[in-house]
Amino acid sequence: MIKINSTIHRFLTDDALRTFPDECCGFLVGTETGEERVVEEIIVVNNAKDGDKRRRFEITPLDYLKAERAADEKNLLLLGVYHSHPNHPSVPSEHDRVVAQPYFSYVIVAVRENEFVSLQSWRLNDASQFEEEKVEGYLPESAESTPRPYPSSR
Amino acid sequence: MATIIIPTPLRKFTNQQNKVTVGGTTIKESIDELTLNFPDLKKNLIDEKGNLRSFVNIFVGDDDIRDLNEENTAVKAETVISIIPAIAGGSTDYENITFSKEEQARYNRHIIIPGFGLEAQKKLKAAKVLVVGSGGLGSPVLLYLAAAGVGNIGIVDFDVVDDSNLQRQVLFGVTEVGKSKVEAAKARIQSLNPHINDTTYNTQLTSKNALEIISQYDVVADGTDNFPTRYLVNDASVIAGKPNVYASIFQFEGQVSVFNYTNAKGETGPNYRDLYPTPPPPGLVPNCAEGGVLGVLPGIIGSLQANEVIKVITGVGETLSGRFFVFDALTFETRTLKISKQANTPVIKELIDYEQFCGVKAVEKKIKEISVDEFVQWQKSGEDIQVIDVREPAEYEQVNIGALLIPLATVAERAGEISRDKKVVVHCKLGGRSSKAIRELEEKFGFDNLYNLKGGITAVEQESDLLKAVNV
Ligand SMILES: [Zn+2]
Repeated sequence: MIKINSTIHRFLTDDALRTFPDECCGFLVGTETGEERVVEEIIVVNNAKDGDKRRRFEITPLDYLKAERAADEKNLLLLGVYHSHPNHPSVPSEHDRVVAQPYFSYVIVAVRENEFVSLQSWRLNDASQFEEEKVEGYLPESAESTPRPYPSSR
Repeated sequence: MATIIIPTPLRKFTNQQNKVTVGGTTIKESIDELTLNFPDLKKNLIDEKGNLRSFVNIFVGDDDIRDLNEENTAVKAETVISIIPAIAGGSTDYENITFSKEEQARYNRHIIIPGFGLEAQKKLKAAKVLVVGSGGLGSPVLLYLAAAGVGNIGIVDFDVVDDSNLQRQVLFGVTEVGKSKVEAAKARIQSLNPHINDTTYNTQLTSKNALEIISQYDVVADGTDNFPTRYLVNDASVIAGKPNVYASIFQFEGQVSVFNYTNAKGETGPNYRDLYPTPPPPGLVPNCAEGGVLGVLPGIIGSLQANEVIKVITGVGETLSGRFFVFDALTFETRTLKISKQANTPVIKELIDYEQFCGVKAVEKKIKEISVDEFVQWQKSGEDIQVIDVREPAEYEQVNIGALLIPLATVAERAGEISRDKKVVVHCKLGGRSSKAIRELEEKFGFDNLYNLKGGITAVEQESDLLKAVNV
């Protein structure tokens, strides 16, 4: 389970909307007690993908190094990575899976132009497959922004 | 002794230590010592051949050892070595797409185009395109997208192949007449390209199913022939955030555009409602079945539509987003009009009843028809039938087949003269007015015994033998 409060949620959504139609990316920093993770802050990182940023993201090793140092200095943990899926569901792609690291929470924010769609978190299991990780602590600011499953069907 | 910084995801293999001190004079020696002390780390860092895994970066200070002396980079006592996992991902999988030998050969003429290449071909194979309507426009669109190697194609159509389709719907031949269009289309494109997947929806696209279907695709190609479905496809594409490659044809004129397309800067272009906020009054613009269309026109316009779909998928070239292309087959004149988002159009939030919105049915109920041949058979067999001519008196005077004259404008008031208990054949000059008369009589008076004479009196005249047979 990963706790993402409404402020962190807004930061994540803002980054995804600001970067649209490109993918945004960054790190989740916080604490871990047993199975419970709490995101205390996020580190926004430049999408360094050389090419199609609308469907790909990449974080440079140096940005990784800086993020991990920053977390260590604050006595916090690098809990995982977030990125956005513009016009795609908040479900990891096969491309996400093959390069994913164990332990990390992978938070995916699905957005459309000017609109948040959904947010989900995923972790690799021992068989190197993604399993959804429960997200808690997010209070929608209004019914309008309630995450709904994507693709929406009615 | 150098220090190795262990990245967070691998700390579970080092008893949660974030730093480990090791000996060694080169990176290779230091890493070897590390994996010797923490054997579980090894499979995460070193591949089967004993080399560092490609998604692991090793830095000395702030420098990648790939820029230094690789694994032989010297290590001193004060050296800080960092193991850095590669962090990347994406939303789609085209980069992982591979091609068989057969596919490579098939797509060779794409792959060798400068600026297109293997990258664009991978995007085509990863793409999911929904083609709405497999008729005149859908035929070239489906054929060319399948041939081009679009990996996943959805086809929506509820119709059945009819003789009158073959003048323009080149997906089908005489052996498909009577079969469902989606099944016939699927068989045709599978025989053209067995390397692609297709999904068929043998149904009418409606406000109930449109979002569910469209949201499973990356791009929509709208080849529908009526306003309710056109507005539905537009609105559903906007809600689902999908580009809508639009085309339409009428008589000698065709139109193409790309709606709701988000460019590299994140700007979304206009959609159909920025151009036409509301539909034209019912009956003002006839459809192909009523107004006719030159058979080659959908071939031209549908091919342009397929071209735009390929550009939207691959990102190669400039799409028609924000532009509206018009082609006149008679004069060979083309115009490309600039179109833009209108500030005052309401935001499209949900799907509505589009038949009500447009004041017309998306699908007109089929009326019963007979050919001149069948008509003659009925007469010869002595069956008691009533024949009604709905043309004007002047036309009747020139030529008639002895039918009861009830001009179209008067059918409602004279409905009482039309028999209800035997077969009634209704004709006009070509079959258009008589079909209107039949619709009106069926809707207002509940007739169920009316037959439209296909081709009208003109078809009778063309068969001189038959002309005698019906004693004109
Ligand atoms: Zn992703």
